[in-house]
Parts: sequence; structure tokens; C-alpha cells
Amino acid sequence: MKSAAKRAGLCIVTMLIVSFLAYAAFALISGDPAQTLLGTDATPERLEQMRHQLGLDQPFMVRYLKWLLGFFTGDLGISYSYRQTVWSLIAPKIEVTLCMALISFVVIVAISIPAGILAAQRSNGKSGLLSTGLIQLGMAVPPFFTGILVSWGCGIVMKWFTPGDFPGLHSAKAATALRHLFFAAVCIAIPRIAMTVRMLRSTVIGEMNRSYVRTAISRGNDRRGVFLRHVLKNSLVPTVTFLAQTMAEIVGGSIVVEQVFGIPGIGRLLVASISNRDYPVVQALVVIMAFWVVLAGTAADLINQRIDPRLRLGGGE
Amino acid sequence: MKKNKINGYLLAGLILFGIFLVMMIIGLFYTPYSPTAMSSAEKFQGPSAAHLFGTDNFGRDIFSRALKGGITTFGIALATIAIGAAAGTLIGAVTGYFGGIVDDVLMRLNDALTAFPSFLLALVIISIVGPGKKYNVILALGIVFIPSFARVMRTAFASLRDVNYITSAKLMGAGSPRILFVHMLPNTVHTLLPALTIGFNNAVLAEASMSFLGIGVTPPDASLGYMLSEAQSMFGRAPWYALCTGMMIVLLVFGVGLIGEGLQRQSREVA
Repeated sequence: MKSAAKRAGLCIVTMLIVSFLAYAAFALISGDPAQTLLGTDATPERLEQMRHQLGLDQPFMVRYLKWLLGFFTGDLGISYSYRQTVWSLIAPKIEVTLCMALISFVVIVAISIPAGILAAQRSNGKSGLLSTGLIQLGMAVPPFFTGILVSWGCGIVMKWFTPGDFPGLHSAKAATALRHLFFAAVCIAIPRIAMTVRMLRSTVIGEMNRSYVRTAISRGNDRRGVFLRHVLKNSLVPTVTFLAQTMAEIVGGSIVVEQVFGIPGIGRLLVASISNRDYPVVQALVVIMAFWVVLAGTAADLINQRIDPRLRLGGGE
Repeated sequence: MKKNKINGYLLAGLILFGIFLVMMIIGLFYTPYSPTAMSSAEKFQGPSAAHLFGTDNFGRDIFSRALKGGITTFGIALATIAIGAAAGTLIGAVTGYFGGIVDDVLMRLNDALTAFPSFLLALVIISIVGPGKKYNVILALGIVFIPSFARVMRTAFASLRDVNYITSAKLMGAGSPRILFVHMLPNTVHTLLPALTIGFNNAVLAEASMSFLGIGVTPPDASLGYMLSEAQSMFGRAPWYALCTGMMIVLLVFGVGLIGEGLQRQSREVA
């Protein structure tokens, strides 16, 4: 339990560092928010009043801590380009992206784990050549390219959803919305499936070549049992770690794919806010996305500590 | 004896990459049409002998534009990798060879950076230095690629630290820079080359994604990513635009990916 607490502590420290860096970097380049909000023809009195309202007359560390608390109270400042609070802008979009990321994650796990094990068992000859070729091809096709093809083929031709017209998860057409998210999620998943299969194949093959496997089989255990009980179990730790990194890649992929499919999630908002130099929004979104990734990493470490007792002693392999 | 045998993956990759490279070299000196010449009589033409990849909504020749765009994408990826590999190798060499507190600090920082999705980090940097400019894209991506190279190269240098020939070079009075770059660097090539191919592919895909989103390379510079975002809006009228441009990216990344796979297998056979 002690090691779990240590890991959770490390997670919080990482988050504090990341949020501080994000806050400092964007505070440095964003100039005077009061001026940006009021425009160039604002009177000095009005500017002063606005600065006071936004809390800009306070010291930097106080402003940072207030902003950090904003993630819990919902007060993250005001968007420059939408003139509404950052929180009200982000909140409805988070669940859309979260939903898509989860679908994508499930698709990746459901396909790549059986495929990876299969590829490991048949790694020689023609089937090995085929799987390596498919893996490299899967990694070579950018998600936005598959996105264009899928949104045309499944959206415009088959009319399974309408690209660019996302009905919303709580509307009457929630089923269409989920379908819309599903196809986008698949486009994010494809390159990542290829990478996971590749990782799993080499991990499982590496494990099968270890001497304990040979010993177990030579002592008369059946191959299937050794494979299921020992090889797969020992391949579990690196796989969990890899899947946590997958979470990070899904976040990156969603930024592009939301644009292709016209899904109003936080990725699309991030791109628009970067183009508009809407720093309060960018700042908040970067920290939220980073938090999601750090959380996934922490979860993976905690799961691995349950699987492998050696990791609980604080050391690795 | 088997050392000189080129494996199938490497060969296939080199052929695909060669095709792309030849197209780029031709594109540097000659394009069938001016990539910006518009012709209202020839808009939305399908692929033909006159226009290999067809034409777009302004009647511009897509093949000529794809050649120019390919050069931009290729050049940016190359420059990015040069920054990432040079700085990463330097950091990896110093931390891997000397160890100590510098190693601890830099590697903790490295861990924090690699935990971030690299694409998100690139977007953060690009939004700080300013979106839509070619050199800013190179800068942003270059910085993002340093940590992964540093990590890989550190392991390679650290594994050579206590090898006999390094010890004897030290005994013969060779200085640290000489040991690092004359004796160690050539022996890290088996690690560096596959890392370069993976990094290059990531750079191509990251640049294309950024330009696709309109915050990477923007007109007048052509880029395959930006062309794809144009192509998406006219997919119904001119599907060849997206298909041909997309296949250019796939050709390059697939080719380089196979080269990397081949190199990795070859170094495993040698070892």
C-alpha cells in the first residue's frame, strides 16, 4: 500500500509541475489580457478596473494558485475569442472527447491483443511477412487520411452518419452520435493497433525464448498451458505500460480526427484556440489533456504493482 | 559471411523510398506545370496522361503541387530529425557516459516530457512561437524529438562505458570528447539508424497533421498535409486529389518504416 501512496504522490507532483509550466509559459506570451478583452480603444480607468476584476494586480504565484483551484471551482478565466468563461466552453466538449477516446481504447484492446498473440505464434514464413507488412502499412497511413476516406465512404455514401454534423450525445439522435464517434475512434485506433500488435509480438516471442519456458515444456507441461499460465502472464506488465502510452497517443490522435469528422470535442477547440491565440483556453485544455495522460500512466503503474509483486518494493526489473 | 546479405524488408523499403526520392529530386528542378498556375478550363479533371494526379478546383496540376508539397514535407522532417538527433545524441552521450547528478536531473526531465503526447507538446510549442510558419514548425518538432533520441542514445552510450576497448583507449590517454565521438559514436550506429527511421516517420506524420490542421505550413508554401485538408472539402468532386496526396505520404512513411524494420532485423542477426 505504501508504494501505491508513493506513486499517487508522484502523480500529484508531476501534475503540479506540468500545470505550473503551462501557466507560466502562456502567462509569459499572452501579454495583457485586460487589453485583449477590451480592445485598443479602452480608457485607462476601464483597463485598471478590468485588471482588478481579473486579478491581474496580484502577485504571480497567487494568480497561479487561484487558476489551479479553478479546475475544481470551474473558474478558469474568460476566453478571448468567445467572451464566455473558459469552463462553460470546455465542459460540454470534454464528455464528447472522453467518449471517443474510450471507444477507441476498447477497439484497440479488443483487436490488438488477440492479433498480437496470433502474430507471435506465427512469426515465421509467409504469415510473419504478412503481419510485418500489415503492421508497417497500418503505421504508415495517417489517421486524417483514413478519416477522409471513412467519412466519405461510411458517412456520405452509406449515410451511417453525417460528417460535420454531430447531433450531440444527449439529443434525440444519440445513436447517430455514437456511430459518428465510433468511426472517428476507429481511425485513431488503426495506427495504434499496428503498434500494439508489434510490441506484443516481440514481447511474447522474447518471453517464449526464455529458458524457464523450455524447462517447463521439457518437464512435461503442455505447451498451451505454459503459454497461457506463464508466457502471457509475464507479458502482461509491459503490455499494461504500453496501453497507458496508448491513452496519450489517443489524445494526440483525437486532436486531428475531431477536425476531419467535425466532432465538437476539446481537440477541435484546442486547434481553433491556438489559431485564434486564445491563450486562457489553450492553457486549460493542455493541462486537462496532460492530466488525463498522467492519470493513465499512474493507473498503469498501480495495476502493474498488483500484477508483479517485485514492483511493489519500489524497484523495477 | 552473411553480413552483406540485404534482407527483404530493407530492399523493399529502399525501393519505395527510392521512388519517392527520385520524384522529389525531379520536382526540385522540374514540374510538368507551374504548381500555382490556374486554368479555369481544366478544373476538376481526373488523372490522365496530361495530368497524372488530375487537377483541383482552380485547374492546378495536382502532380506538380504534390511534388512541391512532398519536398516541403520531406525537408521539414529531415531538418526536424537533424535537430532532434544531434541534440539527443549529445545529451545521451554526456548523460550515458558520465552519469551522476546531471544524468539524474536530465533523465527525470526527460521522463516528464516523454509522458506528454508528443503531438500535444508540439502544439504547445507552436502556439508559443507562433503558428503557420515553416521555421517554427521545424523548431517545435525538433525540440519535441530531442527527449526520445536522448533516451535511446543514453542507453547505447551507457552500455559501451565499461567495454574493454574504451577502457584501453582511456588508459592510452584519450580525452573524453575523443572517446565519445571517435570510439563510441560509430558503435552506436545500430541503435541510431533504426531510431532515425522511426523519428523521421513521426516527423513526417506530425508535420502533415499540423499542416492539415492549418497551424503548420500554410500557403504559399505547399505541404502534403495542407493539400489534404483542401482535398477533403472537394472529395465528392475530385476524390483523386485526396487519394493521390494521401498515397504520397503513405509511400514515404511505409518505405522508411520498412527500411527501419530491415535495419533492426539486420542488427539483430549480426548481434
